[in-house]
Amino acid sequence: MTASFGQVLALGDDALVAAQRLGQWCSRAHEMEEDVALTNIALDQLGAARLLLTYAGELEGAGRDEDALAYLRDDRDFRNLLLVELPNGDFAMTIAKLLFLAAYQRDRYHQLAGGADERLAGIGAKSVKESTYHLEHAALWTLRLGDGTEQSHRRMQSAVDEIWPYTHELFDDNDLRPGWLATVEPVLAEATLTRPADGWAPRGGRSGRHTEHLSYLLAELQVLHRAHAGASW
Amino acid sequence: MTAPAPLWEVFVRPRRGLSHVHVGSIHAADAATALHNARDVYTRRQEGVSIWVVPAAEITASSPDEKDAFFDPAADKVYRHPTFYQVPEGVKHL
Amino acid sequence: MGVYGNDFSSSAGALLDEVEAAEAALREAAGRSLAGDPDPDRERLDYFDQVIAADQKIEPRDQMPEAYRKSLIRQIAQHAHSEIIGMQPEGNWITRAPSLKRKAILLAKVQDEAGHGLYLYAAAETLGVSREELVDKLLTGRQKYSSIFNYPTLTWADVGAIGWLVDGAAIVNQVPLCRCSYGPYARAMIRICKEESFHQRQGYEILYTLAHGTPAQQELAQDAIDRWWYPSLAMFGPPDTASTHSEQSMAWKIKRFSNDELRQRFVDMCVGQAEVLGLTLPDPDLRWNEQRGAYDFTQPDFDELLRVISGDGPCNRQRMAHRRAAHDAGGWVREAAAAYAAKHPARTATAAASSNGSGSR
Repeated sequence: MTASFGQVLALGDDALVAAQRLGQWCSRAHEMEEDVALTNIALDQLGAARLLLTYAGELEGAGRDEDALAYLRDDRDFRNLLLVELPNGDFAMTIAKLLFLAAYQRDRYHQLAGGADERLAGIGAKSVKESTYHLEHAALWTLRLGDGTEQSHRRMQSAVDEIWPYTHELFDDNDLRPGWLATVEPVLAEATLTRPADGWAPRGGRSGRHTEHLSYLLAELQVLHRAHAGASW
Repeated sequence: MTAPAPLWEVFVRPRRGLSHVHVGSIHAADAATALHNARDVYTRRQEGVSIWVVPAAEITASSPDEKDAFFDPAADKVYRHPTFYQVPEGVKHL
Repeated sequence: MGVYGNDFSSSAGALLDEVEAAEAALREAAGRSLAGDPDPDRERLDYFDQVIAADQKIEPRDQMPEAYRKSLIRQIAQHAHSEIIGMQPEGNWITRAPSLKRKAILLAKVQDEAGHGLYLYAAAETLGVSREELVDKLLTGRQKYSSIFNYPTLTWADVGAIGWLVDGAAIVNQVPLCRCSYGPYARAMIRICKEESFHQRQGYEILYTLAHGTPAQQELAQDAIDRWWYPSLAMFGPPDTASTHSEQSMAWKIKRFSNDELRQRFVDMCVGQAEVLGLTLPDPDLRWNEQRGAYDFTQPDFDELLRVISGDGPCNRQRMAHRRAAHDAGGWVREAAAAYAAKHPARTATAAASSNGSGSR
């Protein structure tokens, strides 16, 4: 049984928008080694996005390829989670987003890898390894920032508190939350961070109702492509 | 002003059957970060690759002024080009 | 791929062949001993001279003239800084890349540059200087970076022009360094040159696509070449008559060819490539000289080069401000990493994240 266009598109959009945000760190990280690491993660996300969007276009059957989907939709037609479109903020904010996203993506891709859709199973199997690495990277930094200096602890706690509400949306269409909590909570605890209480739960990304951030992000992503209609690059 | 992150030497074994080779160095505050970063910088995360990171300060080197094949077998923790063996404590005749 | 034309393939292939040859020479030299047994009673610096004369490598703990050490530190460090600063003009188009494939390629390229900077800092550190010192010298302007990166990337075509012309010039400069007398630098250059083979090719491919695209795209491509050609020629430095440090560098086998020789080599490579692109190099006096067996060309404006080197190029202030801002903004992260390491000295290499995912390493 094959997956649906909407389902695959959503995962592809998650990866695409995440890649776009991470790409913004290029030449801005605190150390060159981290610049390489974040760009590597951006490349992984972009690679997954390309595979997923290409497949989504095929499922749709309207002749849209990865670029048509990435560059010619408006924000109301994007299906990504709100979490990935939030601005990078400081390094703590970026790491908090990555921790929560990677823990989710790893389990989500693991599900796909064992699922009935063969194409998605292949994409899932490849992406699970990458997500495992992303999670390791984010956890490594969560510990160092949470249990580092007083300033880094404050920034990391603040980031976790700010991002937490956006994590509820991750589980609207699956049963992965318990597993995700089992991954994420120990990391927060070891990092001496307080796991925020569940409360406000913004959503809407999966149905095209985004934050104000997405249209700015897409403007930058799409501007050149749209300026030259029909051109090849 | 923070103490700078220490220097680590990086050794990579690209495949089974070969030995670890020195490929360069990176800076990191601790071992886990050093290993993690070395994977990104020196292997671009290829699979099946084994990496060692060693604090540069822990490496004892023979002096190359002593020409050709000389090295002092009494020196502990000797870095010998091109391979690096670690002999466990108490093992004889190795 | 036929799009490159015979000229390009052969020159790219020829350059890579040279890298392979340099690597083979390095291995072969390692297997030889010096001609004649070195007399242990002779001065140690004689040994240095013997090694150089025998085309063997000086290694980190060898005795070497202080001037050799200092000169190498400066050259390697400035090369490293160039890679790091170069990420800015190129990285400028990552978020706006006009296709996902181009975005991926550009991300990979800029990531490579960061990696090359790291390899070079590592090589410099073998000479007894710390990364921290070198970063400080860059940020305070006491060490420089390649002046080419003080120009802005105004359009997507600039990304292509940088790949074709700037990386092309860098390769012409760098391949001879694979035979440099200092071992760690030669080895770093071999690794870098191998990884860079795709950079120039991708830049060329970008321009080829534009040059054969819409009229608007063709204009973009030609405009980029008009702006990047002369600055790329200037990358080879002042003319030989005005170059002060070259003689000693040549004697120490750090520098293997003169500025003018390399510049001529670059021009000769580019002319045929430009023809395949169908774009014009902005030099009306460019023509084949049968007697010399090379192209006559107009030299870049060396006064402009000096101005840019001394800080008055279009982007010098911006590049430095960007680097300083990134460094300053990251201070609290570096402090956190150090604080964590101090609190957990016995931490093993196993990361604390959940490990029930698949994917072994």
